[in-house]
Amino acid sequence: MAVSANALSKFYQDKKALDSLSFEIEKGSLFGFIGPDGAGKTSLFRILNSLLIPDGGTASILGFDTVKDYKQIRRIIGYMPGRFSLYQDLTVEENLKFFAGIFKTTIKENYHLIEDIYRHIEPFKNRKAGKLSGGMKQKLALSCALIHKPEVLILDEPTTGVDAVSRGEFWEMLQKLKTQNITILVSTPYMDEASLCDEVALMQEGKIMQRATPKRIIEAFDETLWSVQSDKMFELLSHLSSFPEIRLVYRSGDHICFIPRKQSVEEKNLLAYLENLGHQSVKLKQIKPTIEDSFIYQMQTQN
Amino acid sequence: MKPVIEVENLVKKFGNFVANDSLTFSVFPGEIFGFLGANGAGKTTTIKILCGLSAPTSGKVSVAGYDVYRHSELIKKNIGYMSQKFSLYEDLSITENFQFYGGIYGLSRNEIRERTKALLNRLDFLKAQNEVLRNIPQGWKQKLAFSVAVMHQPKVVFLDEPTGGVDPITRRQFWELIYEQANNGTTIFVTTHYMDEAEYCGRVSIMVDGKIEALDSPEKLKNQFAVNSMNDVFVKLARAAK
Repeated sequence: MAVSANALSKFYQDKKALDSLSFEIEKGSLFGFIGPDGAGKTSLFRILNSLLIPDGGTASILGFDTVKDYKQIRRIIGYMPGRFSLYQDLTVEENLKFFAGIFKTTIKENYHLIEDIYRHIEPFKNRKAGKLSGGMKQKLALSCALIHKPEVLILDEPTTGVDAVSRGEFWEMLQKLKTQNITILVSTPYMDEASLCDEVALMQEGKIMQRATPKRIIEAFDETLWSVQSDKMFELLSHLSSFPEIRLVYRSGDHICFIPRKQSVEEKNLLAYLENLGHQSVKLKQIKPTIEDSFIYQMQTQN
Repeated sequence: MKPVIEVENLVKKFGNFVANDSLTFSVFPGEIFGFLGANGAGKTTTIKILCGLSAPTSGKVSVAGYDVYRHSELIKKNIGYMSQKFSLYEDLSITENFQFYGGIYGLSRNEIRERTKALLNRLDFLKAQNEVLRNIPQGWKQKLAFSVAVMHQPKVVFLDEPTGGVDPITRRQFWELIYEQANNGTTIFVTTHYMDEAEYCGRVSIMVDGKIEALDSPEKLKNQFAVNSMNDVFVKLARAAK
C-alpha cells in the first residue's frame, strides 16, 4: 500500500478535526479527497507528510510510520501546500534550483518529470515567483514538489482560486504523472474534479462519508434527479420547495434540480402548479446525477 | 435607467504593461454582473479602480454616481466589498462584528441595532450571535461577511471570489442571499471561478489579457459561441490568451 491510515484522530482544543479515519490507498492511484473547508483535508495531509502529529491512530506511507520514520517520509514525498509557499523574491528558476538542492539532486537529473509542466513557465524563469499569476504559481509549486522524484505526491487544494482553463491543464498534468507510477493524493473543493480521480473519498466534518470510484458514486445515487427551467428562475426555487411531492431542491447552473419524495413526480401536476404561479416556458426533465449532486444529497440526508 | 457603474475606455498601465486595455461597460441598478477572467487577466486591477483604491491611467469611470478621479472617498462610502480573504475580526462575536463595521460606515446606534437584528434574523444566527468568529464554521463566516458588506445599504457591492472553497450547499445558500440583495435594488459585481455560478448572473463579461472579449447574458453567450455551458464559453475564450 502507498498510504494507510488507522483510526486517525486530531483535535484542536475540543474541536474534532479528524474523527477516527481509516483507509488504504494503492500504489499508483490518483486519489481525491473531496470536501469543503473544515472537512479535515489539510489536517489529514499534514499528518501524512509528518508535519503534524495525530492525537490518535497511526498512518504510514510506503510502510514508513509518519511519526517514527518522519525522516524517510520527507525524502519520498512531494508536498504542495494549499497556501503558496515558495520564495516570492527568488526567481522561478532559483526556486526550482533551491528545492532540487535540498534534496541533493539537480534540475537536469529529473527534468523529464517536470518538463510538461515547467515548459509553460520556463519563458518566465527569470521572473520573481511573487510576480507570477495564480495559474503559473501553481505550475511552479508543482514543479518544485516533483523535482526530487517523489514516490507519493500530496497536493492540498492545488486548484483553489485557479481559473477554469488552468484547472483543466493542471489535471491533464496529473494524469500524465500517473503514468510515471507516482501515487497522487489530491484534495479539492471542486466537485467536478472528483470525476478525474481513480477513486475519491467524500469528506465532511473529519469523516469519510463515502469512498468509491467516481463511477460507483454516481451509480450508488438511487434517487431520480430532475431539472427545471422557467422564465422566472429566482422565484422558481422557493415555488418548487413548497411543492409537496418534492424532497430536496437546489440551483445548479442554468437550471434548478430537485429530488422527489417518491421515485417519481407527477409531471402534469407540477407543470400545472408552476403555471398557476405564473411561470412560463417551463422545461422539466429527468437528468443524470453528477458527483456534486451525490455529495449534496448525502450532506442533506445525513444531517 | 441610469447605470450605477459606468466605464468608458478605461486604461491602466503598470510601466509598459497594459493591465486594463480600453475597457467599456455599464452595470445597472439591481443587476448581478459577473466579472470573469483567467488568473492574471486584469480583473483585480479593475476592481481596485472601481472601488476607488487605484487611479486609472486614462478613461472615464464613475461608480454610484461619483467620478473615481475626484470623489474616490465618496465611492468608498457608497459601496460594499467582500473577498474570499475575510476582513472580519476572529476575536469578536458575530454581533460585535456588525457593530464595528456599522460604526466604521457611520451608521447611528439605532441603525446599527435595527440592522444587526434584521440581519441576524435573516441569517438565522440569533442563537449564535454572541459566539466569537473563531468558533463558527467557515460557511457561516462567508454569509456573515456578505451581510456586513451590505449593512450600510450600499448601491453596489463587490464580491471578489466570495465562494472559494465553500461546500456546495453553503455556496448555494450564499447565492440566495445575493439574489435577495439584488432584488432589493443593490447592484452585485461578482468574480468567481465556479462556472455554474456564472450562470446565476444576469450578464457576464469575460476578460482575456486585459480586454473584455465578451459581454452578454449567459444565455446569449452560449448561443454566440454555440456551446452548452458557461464553462465552455470561458474555455473557448481563455484558451486563446497569450
